Amino acid sequence: MSIAVLERPRPKAVARPVAPEPLISMKNVCKGYGSGVTRNEVLTNINLNLRPGEFLGVVGFSGSGKTTLTKMLAGLETPDSGEIVMENQVIKGPSEERGIVFQNYSLLPWLTVRGNVALSVDSVFRDWSRARRSEHVDKFIEMVGLTHAVHRRPHELSGGMRQRVSLARTLAMKPKVLLLDEPLSALDALTRSVLQEEILKIWEEERQTCLLITNDVDEAILLADRIVPLNPGPGASLGPAFAVELDRPRNTTELNHNETFKGLRNAVTNYLVAVRQKSRDEQAQASSAAPVELPDLRPMSMALPRKAILNSTI
Amino acid sequence: MNWRGKALKFCDVAGLPALEPFVRLLAGEDVKEQFKGIAKFVVLPIAAMLVFLALWSAAAKTVVTDSMRLPSPTDTWAAGKELFAMHTAQRAQDREQKKEMTVQAITYLAQANRVTKQAAAATGEKKETLLANAMVLKKKALQAANFKPSSAPTFVDQIVTSLKTVFVGFLIATLIAVPIGVLCGMSPWCNAALTPFIQIFKPVSPLAWLPLAFLVIVWAYAGVKPGDSMFDKAFLISAVTVSLCSLWPTLVNTTLGVASVDKDYMNVARVLKLSWSQQLFKIILPASLPLMFAGLRISLGVGWMVLIAADMLAQNPGLGKFVWDEFQNGSSQTYARIAFSVLIIGVIGLLLDRVMICLRNLVSFGNPQAA
Repeated sequence: MSIAVLERPRPKAVARPVAPEPLISMKNVCKGYGSGVTRNEVLTNINLNLRPGEFLGVVGFSGSGKTTLTKMLAGLETPDSGEIVMENQVIKGPSEERGIVFQNYSLLPWLTVRGNVALSVDSVFRDWSRARRSEHVDKFIEMVGLTHAVHRRPHELSGGMRQRVSLARTLAMKPKVLLLDEPLSALDALTRSVLQEEILKIWEEERQTCLLITNDVDEAILLADRIVPLNPGPGASLGPAFAVELDRPRNTTELNHNETFKGLRNAVTNYLVAVRQKSRDEQAQASSAAPVELPDLRPMSMALPRKAILNSTI
Repeated sequence: MNWRGKALKFCDVAGLPALEPFVRLLAGEDVKEQFKGIAKFVVLPIAAMLVFLALWSAAAKTVVTDSMRLPSPTDTWAAGKELFAMHTAQRAQDREQKKEMTVQAITYLAQANRVTKQAAAATGEKKETLLANAMVLKKKALQAANFKPSSAPTFVDQIVTSLKTVFVGFLIATLIAVPIGVLCGMSPWCNAALTPFIQIFKPVSPLAWLPLAFLVIVWAYAGVKPGDSMFDKAFLISAVTVSLCSLWPTLVNTTLGVASVDKDYMNVARVLKLSWSQQLFKIILPASLPLMFAGLRISLGVGWMVLIAADMLAQNPGLGKFVWDEFQNGSSQTYARIAFSVLIIGVIGLLLDRVMICLRNLVSFGNPQAA
């Protein structure tokens, strides 16, 4: 892929003329781990607005801090500086308003499919009647198409089915925002595309505000309204947003021949690759200040030293 | 799931791979393959056992001193049969005695009734003497009815006592170790505070604990008349020694299990805003059960091993005491009986272990062989 020309991506940041009040906004958020010499800045100056009803995709290479970003949004991590505001309230901890779907499913292995979904329903809707909760659970298990497997335990399910359970568990909480942390990256390509379509279908029904973190540009374009690339770390920041101007409902097979789709894919991919190359060059430059001079050494004899050792007096 | 699936799952959870080929054979699967399984899990162990018996017989012929000789497998088997025969004989005798005493009690009671009737008819001083007589007779009847045969414990009795002791000790150990382990696992501070104690006391042998356990039990029983308390003193000393030794594996494993609960499960709990107790009972404990049960299994094994030594020293009427008494007796049967009890101790230990494996497999969903 050509990376020589570091062309500024087309600024398409303003997709809608009048942006509605954001549901969640991240303001100058920085996050790092460790302290002192081992300090490792993961995210710097993250500014992100998540609008109500929008499907936002964040695309980045692995290791660029995508999971940290979702964890902060979910409230599982607190930013070192800056703040995350949801509906005029600073996010201080996790809440059932922001449902998160984990990359590795995180299903509880001792509970059945039903038990896993029921756990979240029972703890979020404590004041509902038992019958109503049970009905709610069934509804969401049906939504992800697992009614035939309600009594199975996670280890008896395939990866795709597990992620469906995880999705049902989170959706059943009726969160205001759905955070998807690389939900499909542990799945094989075929299952992945099936689940993509399914997520798309469910989203079209519910039109819930959704943030998808992924390393798959195609997936992001297929699902999202807007794509924000995450520049590679250390100290990752967000790149300019790309609006996805593709009509819904979208279809994978049709999209493959769509010129807008292709153009967008190239633009996002090129941007990410170029930014990574730039970051690598910068790192190389920074370290090339004191290059290590390798000594010019050569073994004295090419013969095997075995005999010498055997004959030595020691 | 059909019957075959259920049976295979049972084999897996119960830890009985030996049954698996038979189940598959019954279900009509490939015969050749199943014979391979049978050869591996049934024929081979039996062959190994036969080799062992042959070596044992050979050794029995070689290891002979003036007064002692290593019992051969047949001697051991005979001694075992005799021990069980003695048990049944003793039981029969006890029953006989009990029956006699019951008859006696009934006779006394009948006499007492007669005397009471006579008393009703009589008057004055005579009535009082008759009533006193009736009272004495009634007391005698009660004594006879409550008669317990006071024969020496048989081999089977001793096995039962040993099992009781080990279970009481194991129960005490579990009740102490699991809560402390959960605490240590949940709080690194607690863990840091208790680690030195655990590290120091863990390697201590039961023989060193025993005198201290003895001291504590004697102190606790000061002023209690023998027969008044629920447990025998020697029994408690053995049980406490067992718990002191079998505490540690459970404690360490529970700590490890609780501390290594998947962070993602905890994240789920945090997103769902589970309360502390819900977190403990719905996430932490179920997630740490496999490791906890692995610890309990080791604990029970250690407990059974320690028990024999504790029985010997505390003179608790169990298998350990049996072995020790036989050794002191020095009859012609001594060594055969000891060899037989060694085998019995081994078999019981094996059974206890299998039960614990089974329990552990039941609580580790998805990966029975892990942990």
